[in-house]
Amino acid sequence: MNTQSSLTWHRVVLWAALLLFAAWFLTPLYVMVVTSLKDMDQIRGGSLMALPAHVTGQSWSKAWDSACTGTDCGGLRPYFLNSLYMVIPAVGISTTLGIVNGYVLSKWRFKGSEVMFAMLLFGVFMPMQVVLLPMSQVLGYFGIASSIVGLIVMHVLAGIPSTTLFFRNYYVGLPDELIKAAMLDGAGFWRILWRVVLPLSTPILVVTLIWQFTNIWNDFLYGVVFSGADSKPITVGLNNLANTTSSVKEYNVDMAAALIAALPTLLVYVVAGKYFVRGLTAGAVKG
Amino acid sequence: MSAPSAMRTPWLPKLVVAPSFLLSFFFIYGLIAWNGYLSLSASHMLPNYEFVGLQNYADLFDNDRFHVALKNMAIFGVLFIGGAMALGLLLAILLDQKIRAEGVLRTIYLYPMAISFIVTGTAWKWILNPGLGIEHLVRGWGFPNFTFDWLVDPDHAIYCICIAGIWQASGFVMALFLAGLRGIDDSIIKAAQVDGASLPRIYWRIVVPSLRPVFFSTLMVVSHLAIKSFDLVIALTAGGPGYATDLPATFMYAMSFSRGQIGVGAASATIMLATVAAIVVPYLYSELKVKK
Repeated sequence: MNTQSSLTWHRVVLWAALLLFAAWFLTPLYVMVVTSLKDMDQIRGGSLMALPAHVTGQSWSKAWDSACTGTDCGGLRPYFLNSLYMVIPAVGISTTLGIVNGYVLSKWRFKGSEVMFAMLLFGVFMPMQVVLLPMSQVLGYFGIASSIVGLIVMHVLAGIPSTTLFFRNYYVGLPDELIKAAMLDGAGFWRILWRVVLPLSTPILVVTLIWQFTNIWNDFLYGVVFSGADSKPITVGLNNLANTTSSVKEYNVDMAAALIAALPTLLVYVVAGKYFVRGLTAGAVKG
Repeated sequence: MSAPSAMRTPWLPKLVVAPSFLLSFFFIYGLIAWNGYLSLSASHMLPNYEFVGLQNYADLFDNDRFHVALKNMAIFGVLFIGGAMALGLLLAILLDQKIRAEGVLRTIYLYPMAISFIVTGTAWKWILNPGLGIEHLVRGWGFPNFTFDWLVDPDHAIYCICIAGIWQASGFVMALFLAGLRGIDDSIIKAAQVDGASLPRIYWRIVVPSLRPVFFSTLMVVSHLAIKSFDLVIALTAGGPGYATDLPATFMYAMSFSRGQIGVGAASATIMLATVAAIVVPYLYSELKVKK
């Protein structure tokens, strides 16, 4: 009887702690959502946590197409589109290169390929500050500084080490016998990749696509350094919007803008969270 | 592998990876060297390849602002890494108690990692702002003298960055530790239970020590996150008030891209690289050696 009640007592404390932490993680999101739906009168007069007195979507539409980011007042829409134009090719190219690199580094090893892999891995960890200054020279030399193309190039180069790592580590786990059997059937390098390896790659492909999408969508550093007036990504747009000093600070518009910027990756996370977590842990624990 | 078709084109795999490897090595090592050279040059507004030796490094370490950035890095490093690791481990242990709603709770704990640091910074800037944020909220609860103005206080603003950083990253740490906990053999724990060991004792003496490898790789990832922190500072405080919350990454950005001190900026980037390399290279070396 005694152990029974102490067990229940344990569960109560445990659940209290778990729910308390859940509240701490959810509060900022809650505050963002309710703030974005209030009008400025209620924000100035009311409490941070209060529900909106009358729900208004005004700040959302303002954040989308008429809020000021610095001097121009077109909302976040152009930035959102820039991010979209940037993220799709950048994710596609870096993932494709990762597949091919990973395939060679696991199934077609050659002398020195392991050393090359180790050297590439350093690119996963190095602080990118170290390439910013020379890279802006390189992009300028090729005439793609301050453009979406330049940003795509930057994201592809920065992404190759991790995409290669993901596919290489996954393909190491595929039995070599599969490849050998396909060879005996007369299949070559490309045919084996296309007909044998790729059909087995769905899980790691999803992990990599999500990982790259999240990273590139959320990137701010390259966006702020390498973009021009017409090629700024959403994170830069949001930061400009939230830091534009106007006569009246419209927190509801700021919060709506922040939610717009967060929606695509949050959506992916909610739909495919399992794969997102796998990417995080794969990026952290090598092998 | 010596099937006929493979023999016909033994050079093909090498040829296929050559372009992306050449580009990557140029990107990683070529640009590191280039940056290193810039750090030894007389570059100010524009790159200028006149060699000036270690002058930029001397200027860097004479620069008050860089000292502030290093001091903040130390504060942020200790609190952010320590806080995220401790909270992450606690969450992982709590979630490991056969919780029915584990999936939902895990999703809640980890979602901040899916959003941009700029979004996190914008949200926390609103929550922590002294006028209408937490201060206002607590005063409304009946504490009219409550003050919480850390965000605009040069001595305390760095702690706001720690709070937001821990909020964002501890779910990530939890995910890593949880994966580690799930890898522990259940029978050891059962045996200890049979011997009458209490739950906290089992965790402290058996489970936590066996998380050592996970602990190290997590520590590495989180410290690396800390050193690279840039977005969060820009969105939350923009390095301010003044330059009170500068970190090396924001210092490098300010010197290189708005203050016209490219040489000094490059020198600070090299210092960041050296710091990360000192942590990462031994780790990568041991990881790759173990696998052989």
